Amino acid sequence: MTTEKIALERHKYDVLVIGAGGAGLRAAVEARESGLRVAIICKSLFGKAHTVMAEGGAAASMGNANSNDNWMVHFRDTMRGGKFLNHFRMAELHAKESPDRIWELEMWGALFDRTKEGKISQRNFGGHEYPRLAHVGDRTGLELIRTMQQKIVALQQADKREHGDYESHIKVFAELTITEILKENGNIAGAYGYWRESGSEVLFEAPAVIIATGGVGKTFKITSNSWEGTGDGHALALKAGANLVDMEFLQFHPTGMVWPPSVRGILVTESVRGEGGILTNINGERFMFKYIPDVFKDKYADNEAEADRWYEDQDNNRRPPELLPRDEVARAINTEVKAGRGTEHGGVFLDVSKRISAEIIKKRLPSMWHQFYELAGVDITKEAMEVGPTCHYVMGGVEVEPDTAAAVGVPGLFAAGEVAGGMHGSNRLGGNSLSDLLVFGRRAGMGAAAYVKQNSSASVSDATVAAAAARIEAPFARTGGENSYSLHAELQEVTHNLVGIIRTGAELKEAIEKIAEIRKRSANVVVSGGRKFNPGFHLAFDLDNMLLVAESTAKSAIAREESRGGHTRDDFPGMNSTWRQSNHIASFDGNQVNVRKQSLPFMPKELFDLFEVDELKKYMTPEEIAKGGTN
Amino acid sequence: MARKLNLRIWRGDATDGGLKDVQVDVNEGEVVLDVIHRVQATQMGDLAVRWNCKAGKCGSCSMEINGKPRLACMTQVASFGEDETITVTPLRAFPVIKDLVTDVSFNYKKAMEIPAYEPPKELQPGEARMQQVDVERSQEFRKCIECFLCQNTCHVIRDHEENKKSFAGPRFFIRIAELDMHPLDMLKNRKRTAQEEHGLGMCNITKCCTEVCPEHIKITDNAIIPMKERVVDIKYDPARMFAGLLKREKRN
Repeated sequence: MTTEKIALERHKYDVLVIGAGGAGLRAAVEARESGLRVAIICKSLFGKAHTVMAEGGAAASMGNANSNDNWMVHFRDTMRGGKFLNHFRMAELHAKESPDRIWELEMWGALFDRTKEGKISQRNFGGHEYPRLAHVGDRTGLELIRTMQQKIVALQQADKREHGDYESHIKVFAELTITEILKENGNIAGAYGYWRESGSEVLFEAPAVIIATGGVGKTFKITSNSWEGTGDGHALALKAGANLVDMEFLQFHPTGMVWPPSVRGILVTESVRGEGGILTNINGERFMFKYIPDVFKDKYADNEAEADRWYEDQDNNRRPPELLPRDEVARAINTEVKAGRGTEHGGVFLDVSKRISAEIIKKRLPSMWHQFYELAGVDITKEAMEVGPTCHYVMGGVEVEPDTAAAVGVPGLFAAGEVAGGMHGSNRLGGNSLSDLLVFGRRAGMGAAAYVKQNSSASVSDATVAAAAARIEAPFARTGGENSYSLHAELQEVTHNLVGIIRTGAELKEAIEKIAEIRKRSANVVVSGGRKFNPGFHLAFDLDNMLLVAESTAKSAIAREESRGGHTRDDFPGMNSTWRQSNHIASFDGNQVNVRKQSLPFMPKELFDLFEVDELKKYMTPEEIAKGGTN
Repeated sequence: MARKLNLRIWRGDATDGGLKDVQVDVNEGEVVLDVIHRVQATQMGDLAVRWNCKAGKCGSCSMEINGKPRLACMTQVASFGEDETITVTPLRAFPVIKDLVTDVSFNYKKAMEIPAYEPPKELQPGEARMQQVDVERSQEFRKCIECFLCQNTCHVIRDHEENKKSFAGPRFFIRIAELDMHPLDMLKNRKRTAQEEHGLGMCNITKCCTEVCPEHIKITDNAIIPMKERVVDIKYDPARMFAGLLKREKRN
């Protein structure tokens, strides 16, 4: 079917924010409050972003539950969780600024759960030394999104009073997909896309673009991510000349639902374990005690009695091993299932009913209760849940300058939230995502505002527009090619089987070949139907993004010959201190993704000194220890 | 394991449309959204449907299933009889864009018209103190996932386009109630403006909104009725009426 030519819609803004999840909205608020005109692009309706799925909470060392907590403890936990591959400066900024970001939300109307003194309540989570997660039951992400959505409405109401129009200075473009970030003379000039509803095309001219598109989960078969997690921002950035860092590191959340099949992958919040849930195999064995790695032996209980006491007395007991960082728990479950000790549906049991009363479960974990009761017919106040690993989060992402969130190498481009790399190293701690997107969303807004003050105008040439338009038209003009649904399913099989939790060099090599082959066939994808709200057409573009992400991940993974955090090589099982000194940088040359090594920035002395040398020895080479930090 | 399901899907747009019958495989444990996706991937590549989280948390896949406003991701196929045909149609209160997708922009316009939260002027970040029991009342309403099923089912606007201008709908009555019960919100007269500007008075408490809420928010009992009662108190409170008369006299 041919499509009608529609006149091009044009908009000019100071800042264009691609993505309306937590990071995008926080960036937009900051840019608007700096006096700029801001456009927010969302792929779905406003307020539906994947941030709403975040359950557990936002990590911030406010010290409300334990006054020993402070930014230094949070920084240490974050670096440990990431196996010291994190960009130290991002982890530092994050730990220092997250309390202010939470309190700020409260000033905007957020209603977190409270302590007895009336402060914001904080809960335990894997890898965090103290109870640190600000939360609202188990729907914290929804509270974040709604609060920022309403903050944006508040800004629009102020604009209405001042300028007579709600949308004069900040406008949400809902259900619009960006297909390309546009540059002129090496600098950002705007972006091009289409309305999902009508299929008609839109040009945005803006000197600064903030990418806040979230994750890549849909590249994988079993994922907790919604359809939107197709790595759009990762691919847009790559194509615009930016780098992706650490793309081999993917977080498989240890506890996704495994039954029934239609909900396979949907998240079971870590709060279930934080509140006292235990993991057992089909023999009833509480197996996590077997999987405490040496680096964590002094912090985690090796027997049930001590683990149980910890819930009452955290100062004199070590933590239960169910609260190890996510990568450790995911691998442990994977090993149990592979050894034949899993449930009939390929998971293990997670049980919270033995320790907590039904009333408290329903109060603290209301949406989990709801989710299992309505989708799996399981009453978690009485029975165990069946859970297994699910692709949840990508640690890798756009390489940015920590302080400004500016994408390295592309003036005018910024990235924040899950789409940015570096902050979490090789593995993210639960709770550190919601705080990450607030801290770096704000910094991206500030960075973009500062940039726009120096580079205030942007215009896109007709030739650039014509090229972007031609790419959107292309799949409609083709005949005889395959459809995007089947290619997507094929890609998911490849990533699931060959680039999953446990990897080998041979399988990664095979994956790289297969991904290249699917990419070749995808160049010939055809779309049936017209432009109007046509998911087949939408997926054709998303598929292209996922293929670039998969290629970046597989090529980074084959190059890293060690196991660390969210990257486990069966053929290189140990963690290697020399490998810790390098990041992988993926870039795109127009034909394929190339991956190279780059030295990891080294911590300055004041941060280095926050750790015991004995601990650092587990991660660093003797030369690095001797150096003792820079400056 | 798979069996065949008879699914009837409304296809079309604002100009024209109708129900189309399809047969589709269905597996144990699947929800209506799963089978719609299967139809999309195998039979109707351009079938339009909104969805996001597939776990009842984002409120995107709202539609009418056998005439009832539901989330497709939370509706088990097994909850219908094996021989029963499942009919899926777009939300009726909003204009159709295409197939199962409707134009819900009405709701976002109404959201802009509800005055925002107003914190105490002197309050510094980090200094807020609130008791759990006090925040819980508003927290119930903040569970709202904005699926707009309550808006869709509300008969004030379901078949009365003309009422949309002056009626914000149950979703926004709970928003107003949430702010009104917020322990720190300083804006006065939220209940009165709910009545005078957002159409609270047009609601005649049939509780249809509460019935369809997937978050089980007691929209009518906990938000609408208490606000209506207070509005009545304010309007017919003799002391206030007297004070109002005095004020009017002063102005004159």
